[in-house]
Amino acid sequence: MSAPGAPVRPGGPGAAGAAAAGTLASVPRRPDAQGRLEARLRERREAGRKLVVPYLTGGLGDDWLEVLRAVAAAGADAIEVGIPFSDPMMDGPTIQEASRRALEAGATPLGILGALAAAEVEVPVAVMTYYNIVARAGERRMAGALASAGVAASILPDLPLEECGPWVAAADEAGVENVLLAAPTTSEERLAAICARSRGFVYAVGLLGVTGERRHLASSAREMAARCKAATDLPVLVGVGISDADQARTVCADADGVVVGSALVRRLLAGAGPEGAAAFVGELRAALDAG
Amino acid sequence: MLDPGPTGRFGEFGGRFVPEALVPACLELEAAFASAWADEAFQARRSGLLASYAGRPTPVTECRRLSDRLGVRVLLKREDLAHTGSHKINNVIGQALLAERMGKRRLIAETGAGQHGVATATAAALLGLDCTVFMGEVDVERQALNVFRMRLLGAEVRPVGSGSRTLKDAVNEALRDWVATVGTTHYCLGSVMGPHPYPYMVRQFQRVIGDEARAQCRALLGGSDPDVVVACVGGGSNAAGTFAGFVDTSARLVGVEAAGGAALGNGVPGVVHGMRSMFLQDEEGQILEAQSISAGLDYPGIGPEHAFLAASGRASYFSVGDAEVLDAFKLLAATEGILSALEPAHALAWVARAAQDGGIEAGSTVLVTLSGRGDKDVAQVMDLLG
Ligand SMILES: Cc1ncc(COP(=O)(O)O)c(C=O)c1O
Repeated sequence: MSAPGAPVRPGGPGAAGAAAAGTLASVPRRPDAQGRLEARLRERREAGRKLVVPYLTGGLGDDWLEVLRAVAAAGADAIEVGIPFSDPMMDGPTIQEASRRALEAGATPLGILGALAAAEVEVPVAVMTYYNIVARAGERRMAGALASAGVAASILPDLPLEECGPWVAAADEAGVENVLLAAPTTSEERLAAICARSRGFVYAVGLLGVTGERRHLASSAREMAARCKAATDLPVLVGVGISDADQARTVCADADGVVVGSALVRRLLAGAGPEGAAAFVGELRAALDAG
Repeated sequence: MLDPGPTGRFGEFGGRFVPEALVPACLELEAAFASAWADEAFQARRSGLLASYAGRPTPVTECRRLSDRLGVRVLLKREDLAHTGSHKINNVIGQALLAERMGKRRLIAETGAGQHGVATATAAALLGLDCTVFMGEVDVERQALNVFRMRLLGAEVRPVGSGSRTLKDAVNEALRDWVATVGTTHYCLGSVMGPHPYPYMVRQFQRVIGDEARAQCRALLGGSDPDVVVACVGGGSNAAGTFAGFVDTSARLVGVEAAGGAALGNGVPGVVHGMRSMFLQDEEGQILEAQSISAGLDYPGIGPEHAFLAASGRASYFSVGDAEVLDAFKLLAATEGILSALEPAHALAWVARAAQDGGIEAGSTVLVTLSGRGDKDVAQVMDLLG
């Protein structure tokens, strides 16, 4: 039987010093200046408006840029564009399927960013992808590519606070706002640290689980919004599981707005096209404007 | 081998790259493991079960006829003789006891060959826990016997139809389940991979292989250590457990990957399944599908400690192809009367090749971890050999 193993080289090589990778100390402080996404969301919030941020998968269908423009025109305050990844561990069946189709159609990170650069949408765009896509390109190169494509922000759901140092350093330098996520399991202490480092907005994950539509709004959605609102003055958007206009309106009693992904992507997978997407986002907009 | 510390780093590899929802669970697990590992009562319960239930210690077998044939002295560490037929039970007993200690009554697991799934279902039955096993559809088909075993043991087997429909996708699905059930569920990960503390914890639960083997080899070899220590590598748990017993000896450490899943041979650094390690991937960072006759090695990544051992040069890694593996499988059966699982047949195949081409000096003593028995693979080998 093995003896309880004594640490041989605690920390391992490369982990020495105050700013060891994987620690809070390795995460640079948030810059003081507001980014473009945060400024836009604050301005809209101050005008008394609830925020709608639709998600769509980049490269899904030949007309995805038209979808993007249509959604912008239908009243989106910002848009999340997914760069598809082969192994999307935070995504349920709908976005998995969209990612698969986009990859099969030849979508690549640089292809999507190139298309976004040419599209010149006026609404701020946040790219949502998984960290391996960034790590493979290299932090500085990816941050530069996002900035030159006119992308305002990044959302990486598998890059938690302690591990985000190298990315946020590069993103800050390039002027890209990295949005952090808070989950129902997040402690108050972590929540404060997440809110202190997030840029653009705070992404409050509305339930314990992966993306996908739910028949009923999880009770954790409003709780998460309230907890985040109490911890920060940044805009707080609830995402994951927000499935229709009713749920969006309900959660906005506490939240500044919503991120709506699978409900839109399901419609796109079924062939809704730019008009169908715009109609759905219009419904969300109208419900939130009606209060 | 080293303690990766609170950040879970083996050099530049490892870490904890998981959704925020899982970070608190990983921290809780890290603390629970540290306290259990230092707790004599826990260790006594664990070693008690390893002995009286899993059948440890497993023997080291001297292979006379195989040694004659190869011109090197081959010793086998017989994990095939452990309960459920592979080394996977060592890790699972540790994690199931830990889950119980944390008050989690449901285990989930991914499985490729089905051996880790069977081991998890077994421990769940033993301790009265619920168990759900995720398994790629391709593997459900080629390891049908193990699917049936898991169901007999009371586990729910959920076939995974996404992606390559093999081990990598089973891990994705297990992680997705865990994100939704983390309050009541323990993810019983089957190899030295995933977010911290798994790579470290699983190696510690598996080091019993290497610690036993070292003492057994010394008894057999008049106080010496083997010249070469060899194990197959999927995620790398039987290899890490074996190496842990020999890393501070002068033995040469060799890990053997499947040619179609050689994350160290053909991979580049990446961050997937919670860890920074080496992965088969394309220029854009999309993960590639591994290809191997062995479901247990059909994984495009490798545990971070192996990436570190390779980078530091303390261990070296080779790969072998399906045809050599089948030859080694047949050779062991014919010379020693042992049906090996296809996974450790990779380790034997490398030994057979290296003994011939000078990769191992003639007359050397080689310890091979026979990580599992071949019953599960017999039907597949029958098809392959026609
Ligand atoms: C018998 C056997 N050996 C080896 C492996 C590979 O796993 P690891 O590299 O973690 O030992 C498996 C996995 O299913 C297995 O069943």
